Amino acid sequence: MSVADGRRVAVLGAGMHEWGKWGRPFVEYGLAAARDALADAGLDWRDVQFVSGADTIRNGYPGFVAGATFAQALGWTGAPVSSVYAACASGAVAIGAARAQILAGLCDVALVVGADTTPKGFFAPVGGDRKDDPDWLRFHLLGATNPTYFALYARRRMDRFGATEEDFAQVKVKNARHGLANPYARYRKEVTVDEVLGSPMVADPLRLLEICATSDGGAALVLSSMDFARRHAGGGSPLVTIDAVSTVTPTFPNPVIEMPNFSTDSAAAEGAAAVGFRPSIAAAAYAEAGIGPEDLSLAEVYDLSSALELDWYEDIGLCGEGEAEKLLRDGVTALGGRVPVNPSGGLSCFGEAIPAQAIAQVCECVWQLRGIATGRQVDGARVAVTANQGLFGHGSSVLLRR
Amino acid sequence: MADATRVPAVEGWFTTGEDGRPPALLGSRCAGCGTYAFPAETTLCRNPDCASTAFEVVELSRRGRIWSYTDARYQPPAPYVAADPYVPFCLAAVELAAEKLVVMGQVVGGVTVDDLTVGDEVELVVDTLYSEDGTDHVVWKWRPLAAASAAGVEVGG
Repeated sequence: MSVADGRRVAVLGAGMHEWGKWGRPFVEYGLAAARDALADAGLDWRDVQFVSGADTIRNGYPGFVAGATFAQALGWTGAPVSSVYAACASGAVAIGAARAQILAGLCDVALVVGADTTPKGFFAPVGGDRKDDPDWLRFHLLGATNPTYFALYARRRMDRFGATEEDFAQVKVKNARHGLANPYARYRKEVTVDEVLGSPMVADPLRLLEICATSDGGAALVLSSMDFARRHAGGGSPLVTIDAVSTVTPTFPNPVIEMPNFSTDSAAAEGAAAVGFRPSIAAAAYAEAGIGPEDLSLAEVYDLSSALELDWYEDIGLCGEGEAEKLLRDGVTALGGRVPVNPSGGLSCFGEAIPAQAIAQVCECVWQLRGIATGRQVDGARVAVTANQGLFGHGSSVLLRR
Repeated sequence: MADATRVPAVEGWFTTGEDGRPPALLGSRCAGCGTYAFPAETTLCRNPDCASTAFEVVELSRRGRIWSYTDARYQPPAPYVAADPYVPFCLAAVELAAEKLVVMGQVVGGVTVDDLTVGDEVELVVDTLYSEDGTDHVVWKWRPLAAASAAGVEVGG
């Protein structure tokens, strides 16, 4: 049931900068997270042989070369860098790049960093008059914001499975409670169902308190080969490993309308059987690790909206299609339940710092698996999975074990 | 009557009905495997099992059924050009049976989410997206067939 060392890397350190709306340069957050991760690993910056940066696209040129930006900020050591962008999945793709270097034997120790500084309000497309960019055109021709797409999925759950507005509100209530003691969370406040349902409607049926905010934040990981981890091991906390990284793209024809597209694929060609993208994301990680959803102790999923968390329950295999509401209502996914989802508080408590978020999901899993997630610890956590999806077809799922 | 000039907000994505034919979305149909695409594909077929580079530009079905719907209670950011004061609108993702794809669009004005249900039949119209300097920039929108008369919408074309 476990992968051979050949496909496994060790997580020696995890670090984060608190999420918020500080408006300071993103490099500061990334630097703070990186230094925390190095300290957590008991390693010096000079021990790092490869830097993998997750890019931010709203902070000018330094954001597009994040790997080099963070390496320079830490002090040039000559270490090779990589900078990747994959929207919300950027962090997982950066982890994948670092893992590949380690598994190929090209380096022993790699640092992964992502950080963002975000503007207020709806995410808008990158500026300019760009009539060949679907992301620009969906705002211009349709006024379709990110919540538009989240709301389409939410409404479909109501229509197909009988989900109610109260179910969606209960997701928010659960996550707000989970994040109360998380020192890295931006929002640490309990909310009631009435408060959620009393908040302004943004994109029917989703309300303000159910839609993820945009945040500043930074997260970092120090990864190493298993050989290095054994030599370096100082005892103390249990060794956490990454057993699989999924960065899959969709399979044609994808029947679900995805941001920022105007339409789905067409399934008109003979033999074109529709395959959902979201369910394929964690499935690839399970297949790589030889682990199934029944083995999970916890999951960190991308709750861009309260309703979307319910989609993820099904998409990561916690239950069958249409059964997520029951899982929620039965308390299975709350702390104390069989498989808590978003014990960190999720995006609901963090807001989204795009290139840092998939890395932050992994940081939380690392702390949970070490048993040090104070105030939100999942008892006896042994296996954890993260899942998210970035626009333009980016899947992201990381499977961790101790 | 001094009508404002009507121009499509994007070129080549839909017909406006100026020629007396009802307006329609312009998609592509692959000559090799029959896969449709909207907006039209011009380079290589999206079907990974098809290597065709030949496409026919076709009018897509003018009617479909609502796959899902929502509304925009707050003004979307630029490059959306909003009326002042802002008027909320609905959006629908609509399933076209023949093409086996789902297409997004705004719903015509005067319709609220309370008027919509998943599975409802809608019809494509062309309507003003925004007006600027005496020019109406038009776009495709979905009009619920059931609510058409109630909303009193004027059909473009």
